Amino acid sequence: MPVSREYQEPETIQRILHQARTVAIVGLSPNELRASNFVGFYADRHGYEVIPVNPREDEIMGFRSYPSLEDIPKTVDVVDVFRDPSAAINIARQAVAVGAGALWLQFGVISDQAAEIARAGGLDVVMDRCFKIEHARYIGRMHWLGFNTRVITGRRPAHLL
Amino acid sequence: MQNPDQKPLRSFGFHTRSVHAGARPEPNTGARAVPIFQTSSYVFEDPESAAAYFNLQEYGNTYSRIMNPTVAAFEERVGNLEGGIGAVAFASGLAAQSAVLFTLLNPGDHVVASAALYGGTVTQLKHLFRKMSVGLTFVDPDSPENWKAALADETKLLFAETIGNPGGNVLDIEPVAGIAHGHDIPLVVDNTFATPYLCRPIDWGADIVVHSATKFLGGHGTSIGGVVVDSGEFDWSNGKFPVISDPSPAYHGLAFHETFGGYGYLMKLRAETLRDLGSAMSPFNAFLFMQGIETLPLRMERHVANAVTLADWLRGRSEVAAVRYAGLDDSPYSTSRAKYLPKGAGAVFCFDLAAGREAGQEFIRGVELFSHLANVGDAKSLIIHPASTTHRQLDEEELAAAGIGPGTIRLSVGIEDVDDLIWDLEAAFARIA
Ligand SMILES: Cc1ncc(COP(=O)(O)O)c(C=O)c1O
Repeated sequence: MPVSREYQEPETIQRILHQARTVAIVGLSPNELRASNFVGFYADRHGYEVIPVNPREDEIMGFRSYPSLEDIPKTVDVVDVFRDPSAAINIARQAVAVGAGALWLQFGVISDQAAEIARAGGLDVVMDRCFKIEHARYIGRMHWLGFNTRVITGRRPAHLL
Repeated sequence: MQNPDQKPLRSFGFHTRSVHAGARPEPNTGARAVPIFQTSSYVFEDPESAAAYFNLQEYGNTYSRIMNPTVAAFEERVGNLEGGIGAVAFASGLAAQSAVLFTLLNPGDHVVASAALYGGTVTQLKHLFRKMSVGLTFVDPDSPENWKAALADETKLLFAETIGNPGGNVLDIEPVAGIAHGHDIPLVVDNTFATPYLCRPIDWGADIVVHSATKFLGGHGTSIGGVVVDSGEFDWSNGKFPVISDPSPAYHGLAFHETFGGYGYLMKLRAETLRDLGSAMSPFNAFLFMQGIETLPLRMERHVANAVTLADWLRGRSEVAAVRYAGLDDSPYSTSRAKYLPKGAGAVFCFDLAAGREAGQEFIRGVELFSHLANVGDAKSLIIHPASTTHRQLDEEELAAAGIGPGTIRLSVGIEDVDDLIWDLEAAFARIA
């Protein structure tokens, strides 16, 4: 089922990427080969504060891991979800409760219900998109690997990549 | 991180994208043309970055057999024009095709391919597959039913050309893609003759598009190159492609589809297949291809206009038994052409001299402006006699299946003044009179 474009808006995605400081990764795996670990590693490298949310671990990638969003003692800008779609609904409720800025559902985490809950709670919502790929598309180096970033501009980038 | 102060994104038109896609100004110098990064390798910032690049945790340059910024600009441009999620470039069109096949197939697998393919592709499939113990069935591509009838449990992909070389068959892409997807396998289309300006197979359901960039993309007959574009839509986790979905022993256990989602196939194509086969495109060739693509839409308009005029003129000649060009109204492919190629059926077509093989060779001796050579898609007009050259390795049956007779002449119509081209062919007809 195709995901509604309203949850994949380039402007929204760019605003989130530019404004966010803290990224809580729900379902972050300590296994270096898992997609969530790739994203956590990448977000940390690019200056975001990564906050693991995984009740089975005390620490992931050197950062303290929290059992749930509600246990995090600071503001969460982005809630990035690597759980199955059924779990996303409750995570969306928690994201609203803690006053997060955005709910970001990764590839395959497709739940209109979760998206609706978050949107009604005032959050920006991104669905079926990868945080790492979108960052690399707009401000990173995705075009170095021949991917179609769709970015077309005649302006000189203001910063080195 | 600063705010980019960017205007809302826009869906830019094809001409704009032909000039701009993949080519942002270079951040270090401001160079507006894509620089030729003529370097084999790249200095790492620190050991952590080096490790991250090799682990694919970060997009970074390591070694030009695997990636290069000039080549990447070309890849992004073609990926963008075809409407795919990206592309990987190769040293030639055939290198691109073999990489697609090598990435997806294992011994014991089976492929169904059109019988009306470029002769070099027919040879490649037959001989490569024999060595790899992959089964192969050629089908008459014109009826979708033929594709369906050839499917086996082991079939892993369908392979065809948008416009067949040299018979001019126009593939009925939509139903053939439907047959592939009904069998949970991808349709791979060689879009060399159409180019993304005339047809974008991904819009009709194709999963992977390959090109010989040597032809119209480059457009000036200067360089050999190829490219693979992925739609990003095919579900490689459907159980039929453990080669993409299972942890890869060739990349320390990475599961490409799980980690990279729709980008997994291209990642594997680059990080494993290109790395291991080593058939990389040179940065200089990529630069020339980029330059060529800037004028692709303009050239294709002119190529098509000249081809239509010439085909129509040839049809009126008494020495000509048949003109096989999908751009003519009485072509058996005119319905498919109207659907898939509304801007034209390309600029390569064949005609049959009634007088046969010797007249064919004599005709070629009679031209002045047309170049007698084994290529297509140059700005200059080209001519060849397939039975004695490009399709020489094919036996009689295969020749017939590919639509080639003893007196068949293939033209690749260039962008010269069409009156001059007619003048040239008139002289050749005079020679065989
Ligand atoms: C339709 C088609 N596909 C593939 C190829 C092979 O491309 P290359 O010569 O760049 O390897 C050719 C070359 O003639 C071709 O015409």
